[in-house]
Amino acid sequence: MNLSNLIVEKKKLAYGIHMFWIENELVAKNAKAGQFVIFRAYENGERIPLTIAGIRNNTFRVIVKAVGKSTYELCRLKEGDKILDVVGPLGQPSEIKKYGNVLVIGGGVGIATIIPIVKELKNHGNSVDVILAARNKDYFVLEEEFTDVDNLYYVTDDGSKGMKGFAHEMMEKLLKEKKYDISWAIGPSLMMKACSEVATKYNLKVWVSLNAIMVDGTGMCGGCRVRIGNELKYTCVDGPEFDGRLVDWESFNTRLIQYREEEKLALEKYLEKVGEPTWL
Amino acid sequence: MAVKDRIPPIERNPHERAKDFFEVSLGYDEERAILEAQRCLQCPVPTCVKGCPVGIDIPGFIKQIAEKNFENAYKILKNYNSLPAVCGRVCPQEVQCEGACVLNKTGKPISIGNLERFAADWASKNQVSDQIKIEKKKNKKIAVIGSGPSGLTTSAELAKKGYLVDLYEVFHTAGGVLVYGIPEFRLPKNIVKKEVGFLEKLGVNIILDIPVGFAIQPQEILENYDAVFIGVGAGTPKFMNIEGTELNGVYSANEFLTRINLMKAYEFPKTDTPVKFAKKVVVIGGGNTAMDAARSALRLGADVTIVYRRSENEMPARKAEIHHAKEEGVKFLTLTQPVRYIGKNGKLIGVECIKMKLGEPDESGRRRPIPIEGSNFIIETELAIEAIGTQSNKLLLSQFKGLELNKWGYIKADEFGRTSIPKVFAGGDIVTGAATVILAMGAGKKAAQAIDEFLS
Ligand SMILES: Cc1cc2nc3c(=O)[nH]c(=O)nc-3n(C[C@H](O)[C@H](O)[C@H](O)COP(=O)(O)OP(=O)(O)OC[C@H]3O[C@@H](n4cnc5c(N)ncnc54)[C@H](O)[C@@H]3O)c2cc1C
Ligand code: SF4
Ligand code: FES
Repeated sequence: MNLSNLIVEKKKLAYGIHMFWIENELVAKNAKAGQFVIFRAYENGERIPLTIAGIRNNTFRVIVKAVGKSTYELCRLKEGDKILDVVGPLGQPSEIKKYGNVLVIGGGVGIATIIPIVKELKNHGNSVDVILAARNKDYFVLEEEFTDVDNLYYVTDDGSKGMKGFAHEMMEKLLKEKKYDISWAIGPSLMMKACSEVATKYNLKVWVSLNAIMVDGTGMCGGCRVRIGNELKYTCVDGPEFDGRLVDWESFNTRLIQYREEEKLALEKYLEKVGEPTWL
Repeated sequence: MAVKDRIPPIERNPHERAKDFFEVSLGYDEERAILEAQRCLQCPVPTCVKGCPVGIDIPGFIKQIAEKNFENAYKILKNYNSLPAVCGRVCPQEVQCEGACVLNKTGKPISIGNLERFAADWASKNQVSDQIKIEKKKNKKIAVIGSGPSGLTTSAELAKKGYLVDLYEVFHTAGGVLVYGIPEFRLPKNIVKKEVGFLEKLGVNIILDIPVGFAIQPQEILENYDAVFIGVGAGTPKFMNIEGTELNGVYSANEFLTRINLMKAYEFPKTDTPVKFAKKVVVIGGGNTAMDAARSALRLGADVTIVYRRSENEMPARKAEIHHAKEEGVKFLTLTQPVRYIGKNGKLIGVECIKMKLGEPDESGRRRPIPIEGSNFIIETELAIEAIGTQSNKLLLSQFKGLELNKWGYIKADEFGRTSIPKVFAGGDIVTGAATVILAMGAGKKAAQAIDEFLS
């Protein structure tokens, strides 16, 4: 069993967005679209959940967005370095089957996350339309991997590529003209929330992937709990994908910023120590 | 003849120890151990042994301590219990051996737990090496899933019998609740580390970071191994699920303790995982987990109140821990039940509670708490930590089709751990529901015997 957790390839895709291919036979062999891994980069490091964004032989891919101390440090690792702990695959896989017309929306790092889902949907004979949304034209990471989708739409905040506006606006535009059987919307939680509202309006099922704060990722702490309809669910074992129309977005979003002060403090202390994060 | 008083263990000053995570009780020195051991009546029909889930020869090891043969005492213990340093510290002795000791009638039972701990610590300090007899290698492979006390025990027993054992654990450290749940101040982690090191010496292959069921399919396990032991615990926390459970500031005890114990959040930002440091904390529950969470919060500088819906008599925690918690300044609010969390901007600011009174005994024999209408009141607090119990860990079970479960979702197994699938054995909390370290170890030992018989 090769569980070396070696970084065999690493690439900066955009400012603060880095791609890693990691060698781990068990993850590579067992991962299905929609699942995630947990990294612990070094002793005393945090456990960081990351969605699996591709498989190649004995390796799997994750895309890391630098947002705090742990992800800044992760992005600093180089090819040939090892991740101390890699746990996975975890979580329930996406429900992939033949639906007919499917709309998949990826925003920000979510663009990379939807790649395996889109691929599997195509493999199952679906017609797949994709909306990619980003801040500006420089953030369409890995867009070259969407060549065989049926229709590809771009949206940017500043209009530098495709439509100027937000993902959910493009979504609504498409829904007005075409009937879809199911949809996925994966990206920043505000985007997922807005897309879920559109989906509710058009009575369309929408899968979102929740990036809750996690500790163990095994259902053992309940820290990742989220209210889905009337039920309390654990994102790590019941999710991470849920029907966005049922998610209690308000509490989900406040839980995401639970440790904002602590995160800020950790990052400040870290930057004091290392200086300008030139590697991002 | 008047019965002599129990010899108390050496304990650190409550005010001093409540500020750090170092061990609270220092146990006995030789002199105290001997004095306590000499109190034992050496009953011809020792009732204490009946109270011990693994039937340790209690008067036997105590006699050796009384006669200063500490090494012999340790060896006797080891015959019955592979983790005496752990059990001496965490077993609920007052309802087991000490509760059954004839002297308990006088209120002065022998301090069997402290004596057990003494013998184990003495052996460790004096580097008594365990004589391990490993039988001839058998060409048979066993998978053990979960490295809590049940998995550790099964692995050790089977390795000694010459089996090839692969022990799988999903966390980055082996030990189960012993490392993520029970705090350092009650069970120093180097004790667990040493026990895990002992397994490695026995040749057990410990494989961390593996979520069995996800990284390895149950089918593969069944194909690649001659037998399987499942000891995945009852680690999934329950919530009361009252209004406001999603608020920031509401924790399960498991999360709070895992952040502190496993992830060392008490050293944040030196370590990377944060936990909320609060001025006021309410802990809900009356078991060991509640005491551990309360005393951990106290050590992070909080003013801590335990809220429990029955009276102190019904609290399931070890008596020693209730006593320690009080000494350290944890407040107790019994006959009180939270009914609602109150938040502001998504953050917890208070818990609304209702007063309770005790009615008729329920199925568990404990008197049922009944709410007193109109007695609602609000406790202001920044954090609320729920320690109201756990349920079966579904990580593996959700993937393990065909394994029969009981109506509570735990694995159906007989007293030897045999499940509905011939090759598959199970034990510990995943069979019984949340119980104790010693019961999990006992189950592991029995299952190891059953596996050996199954494969012979
Ligand atoms: C805070 C706390 C305090 C306690 N205090 C005491 C006490 O003072 N005295 C006492 O006797 N008892 C105490 N207990 C109870 C005692 O710890 C448990 O009864 C005992 O640990 C159960 O052992 P186990 O082997 O069944 O499972 P656990 O110790 O729960 O271990 C199960 C292990 O399996 C792993 N696992 C789960 N799923 C998988 C999977 N799919 N793949 C790989 N690994 C997996 C888990 O990560 C875990 O490490 C306490 C419990 C808690 C939570
Ligand atoms: S019952 Fe008490 S006094 Fe009698 S042998 Fe056991 S520990 Fe000693
Ligand atoms: S991360 Fe702990 S239960 Fe989901």
